[in-house]
Amino acid sequence: MQISRSLKRVIFWLLGIPVTLLILGVYHGLMQTIYRAGVLNDSSFLKLEYYQGLTLHGVINAIVLTTFFAVAFGHACMTFFLKKEPNKKAMWISFWIMVLGTGLAAWAMLAGKASVLYTFYPPLKGHPFFYLGTALIIVGSWIPLFDWARMYREWRKENPITKIPLAVLGTLINFIIWFVCTLAVAYEVLVLLLPWSLGMADINVTLARTLFWFFGHALVYFWLLPAYIMFYVMLPKLAGGKLYSDLAGRVALFLFLLFSIPVGVHHQFSDPSIGQNIKFFQGLLTYGVTLPSFITAFTIAASLEYAGVKRGAKGLFGWMARLPYLDTKNFLFAYLIAGLILFVFGGLTGIVNASYSLNNVVHNTSWLPGHFHMTVAGPVFLGIIGMCTYLYSKMSGKKIFMPKVNVIIPYLWMIGVLIFSTGLMWGGLIGEPRRTNLGMTYLNPEHELFTPEWVPTTMLALLGGIIMFIAAMLFIVVFFGTMFKKKELEAVLELPYSEAYHDEKRIPLFDRFKPWLVTMGIILVIAYTPALYDAVTNPGPKAPRFAPANPVPDLMKIK
Amino acid sequence: MSVIDKSEKKVLMISGVVIALFIFSMLYAKDQYNSNVPECVPFDKAYTEPKVVQLDEKTYQVFSVASMWQFEPAEIYVPVGSEVDFFLSSKDVVHGFNIAEKNVNMMAVYGNINKTTVKFDKKGVYKITCHEYCGVGHQNMQAEVIVHEPQSK
Repeated sequence: MQISRSLKRVIFWLLGIPVTLLILGVYHGLMQTIYRAGVLNDSSFLKLEYYQGLTLHGVINAIVLTTFFAVAFGHACMTFFLKKEPNKKAMWISFWIMVLGTGLAAWAMLAGKASVLYTFYPPLKGHPFFYLGTALIIVGSWIPLFDWARMYREWRKENPITKIPLAVLGTLINFIIWFVCTLAVAYEVLVLLLPWSLGMADINVTLARTLFWFFGHALVYFWLLPAYIMFYVMLPKLAGGKLYSDLAGRVALFLFLLFSIPVGVHHQFSDPSIGQNIKFFQGLLTYGVTLPSFITAFTIAASLEYAGVKRGAKGLFGWMARLPYLDTKNFLFAYLIAGLILFVFGGLTGIVNASYSLNNVVHNTSWLPGHFHMTVAGPVFLGIIGMCTYLYSKMSGKKIFMPKVNVIIPYLWMIGVLIFSTGLMWGGLIGEPRRTNLGMTYLNPEHELFTPEWVPTTMLALLGGIIMFIAAMLFIVVFFGTMFKKKELEAVLELPYSEAYHDEKRIPLFDRFKPWLVTMGIILVIAYTPALYDAVTNPGPKAPRFAPANPVPDLMKIK
Repeated sequence: MSVIDKSEKKVLMISGVVIALFIFSMLYAKDQYNSNVPECVPFDKAYTEPKVVQLDEKTYQVFSVASMWQFEPAEIYVPVGSEVDFFLSSKDVVHGFNIAEKNVNMMAVYGNINKTTVKFDKKGVYKITCHEYCGVGHQNMQAEVIVHEPQSK
């Protein structure tokens, strides 16, 4: 469809800015594997410190890229499937707030004033602009939800008994989850961290951590749901088939709405001051999120099988050989299938993490980044970069630069991640810590803390890291190469969408939000009231501020 | 035709069984292997002094204090077969406390007391590694539990 220039420009900027920053984010990803393998035994390289780079890597890749993309992809899905455009003013206000936030946070990180990692746990203190910037990115991303809700209501009035398009349902559910979960982190940042970082109050660390993880786990579904939309709505079509069941997609999405947030305490199994029963209960609820993932695994596999059989496959597994893995015109398939393969392992290792006592084995070891690079750097990242190239090329009417390379990138990346994550997870099982400049001590043969067991594991991660870096740089070349090409085709907003193989009758329950929102609220209150009560009552004194390089607290205070 | 087709029904049932199995294993492991997550202890200032207390022949209490960038006490001696209660606190930022070989895994948080219990059945040196980023010296932060034969020290 044809869209206004304004919408087109906002989407281009929302894609272009994070992809540019990604160069920095990916560079620091590679650098970490180099330090960690003991190739570098220093605290910094080219004037950028290890922990500063780790902060940049996390914030750019996991917050800026994902949030900007989710908004851009949301605009595209809402516009294309409802045939209505978002409000121009709201769109640009949201954009500028997010850009301003990114600018503030980027300045604080690059100036070395906020080496506090993307989880920014107090009482390690970053520059106030870092917190403010992060809050602005989040607040800016709220605005589109309210405008999309208006578009949806208008569409609903015109189409009272049509099923809401699956991509629209996914987009709205994703941003409802995002809005609810970010309320907690906005409170943490604006009410607890900002005054504390300005020296106006001390801070209850456990409360801050609990609020962070109220947001932190739902965050991973906010990353993931755009990829889910692509899996349900687009992948079957790209494979040449149909979506096995339309209703399955709706059920899965609503289950995410219920269970994405009230599970955050499973990140705090090792924390003090929170009762074991609450930890166990939220561990159980975490299994609530495995159900939509199982449903998805079946539905997508069945859709792909259908596509393979339609292409002439025989036997039980013949369909796997018949899919368009290297079709340059259909390159989005390659990105999605490679992401899906990674996600199988990402999902399974995620179940390990949620399993209560097993957390003692893996918590905060390098197992964890091993796991989440197969989710956020798996289907999420591949979906994002594939869709960036796809949307840009369609909406600008330009052909892909180096199409043959473009279709290889996801597989190269997938192989890199598999090697990288194997190294990290193996290391994690023998105690290798995450977020640590291992090269200075544990992987430095000259140092008394040298730990030879971690040599093969970090070497493997280095090898994977190099392959990932090459794949990511190739993407950068393809994306910007496409940008510099001439317009050859008609510029349109066009997204692939699948018909359903089982297109079930409209079931009103799965076509409205209210009952689900109420249930979501009830589960949240049940799951989080006791956790927050513990976080407020069990801790003792509140903490002052500590700079990363100084064990003496900063007691600037307070009349 | 019903809304859900046959294979979907089957898959939902299998998923249900698999999830039930996971949950059963979780419960079983928790009780059978005494492998619970850390305990919830309200803050008490008395627990924030680094020391090792011997309660009886085979029972010890270790009050471990993490700070930028060390654990106190840095070396903890206990005889083989001891059961040790670790009480963990932090003087400053958040630290980690990981004895990988014994699956002891806790966070040290300012103004909070963390607690877990572990039995050392085998002689040896067990490293305690800080596994939470705690500032520029994080990679130097390691301590030891030395488990020795009862008569020697």
